[in-house]
Amino acid sequence: MVFVGSDDQLTVPTSVKIVIAGGFGTGKTTMVSSVSEIPPLKTEELLTEAGVHVDDLAGIEGKNTTTVALDFGRITINASVVLYLFGTPGQNRFWFMWDELAHGAIGAVVLVDTRRLDSSFPSIDFFEHRGVPFIVAVNCFDGGQLYTVDEVRHALDLDDAIPVLLCDARDRESSKAVLVGLIQHSMNRLAPA
Amino acid sequence: MSSREDWWYDEAAGPLVRPYAMVRGRTRPNAPDLHLVTQVRTSSFASDQTSLTVEHREIMSLCVRPLSVAEVAAYLDVPLVVVKVLLSDLIERGDVIVQNSAPRVPDRDLLQAVLDGVRGI
Repeated sequence: MVFVGSDDQLTVPTSVKIVIAGGFGTGKTTMVSSVSEIPPLKTEELLTEAGVHVDDLAGIEGKNTTTVALDFGRITINASVVLYLFGTPGQNRFWFMWDELAHGAIGAVVLVDTRRLDSSFPSIDFFEHRGVPFIVAVNCFDGGQLYTVDEVRHALDLDDAIPVLLCDARDRESSKAVLVGLIQHSMNRLAPA
Repeated sequence: MSSREDWWYDEAAGPLVRPYAMVRGRTRPNAPDLHLVTQVRTSSFASDQTSLTVEHREIMSLCVRPLSVAEVAAYLDVPLVVVKVLLSDLIERGDVIVQNSAPRVPDRDLLQAVLDGVRGI
């Protein structure tokens, strides 16, 4: 196996990732589209019924296999760093896929639609329990913002340290501001330099 | 004489070769450290390609610029696990080089670089 740094003049960039989470229809793919430098890509992972990887497909033809689709986008930071943005699969039965997505991530944006606040509870629980840095971004559909940031924070029972931002996922600058907010939040959580 | 219209398969029928046939049913790549965002790139010392499959060669032409495992899977339109197996074949041959690390939580310098980069887009 040839690794970077071995005798080859080519270099391979470092990858970082941000997870865009939230309930169904909160605008995850919209946010990925509005900041990605490429149209969002889709890839599929094969799952068995138990949700574990299988060694060989022989003999499992009769078992329930399914695929989970992942949408993602890309932002080239510089020649040596690439940022990927992954939208989480919506269905709860794909929770374990979230583990791979969250592993080593800068953090997560939990998108919230105030008309369906409860759909964001599972995402918030997930990142809280795993200690993954996250912020909450309230996606203001058609400018319809019914609640203040404080009301949303209270309704979601969020710790004061968790930033809550208002955004429009369709708008590139607004989505950029959300990513900036998350990265700053992750930096603040690091031990002082 | 059969005309094209007589063919029992067409584009709508999907690929004639099922994805897992490309990797002879293997679902466990030999290179275990291939994650969604692991960067791969075609080596400048690529070996003789005559024994490679079409899919292996497609990966090698895609990866002349560095790409993540997830991007390779998306561009080839095959499941991630299939791409991981194909990539690990190429890595073993030395035809593809790989980022030497599992995903890790970025340190302050890397976060600052990402922050500057996102502000700049």
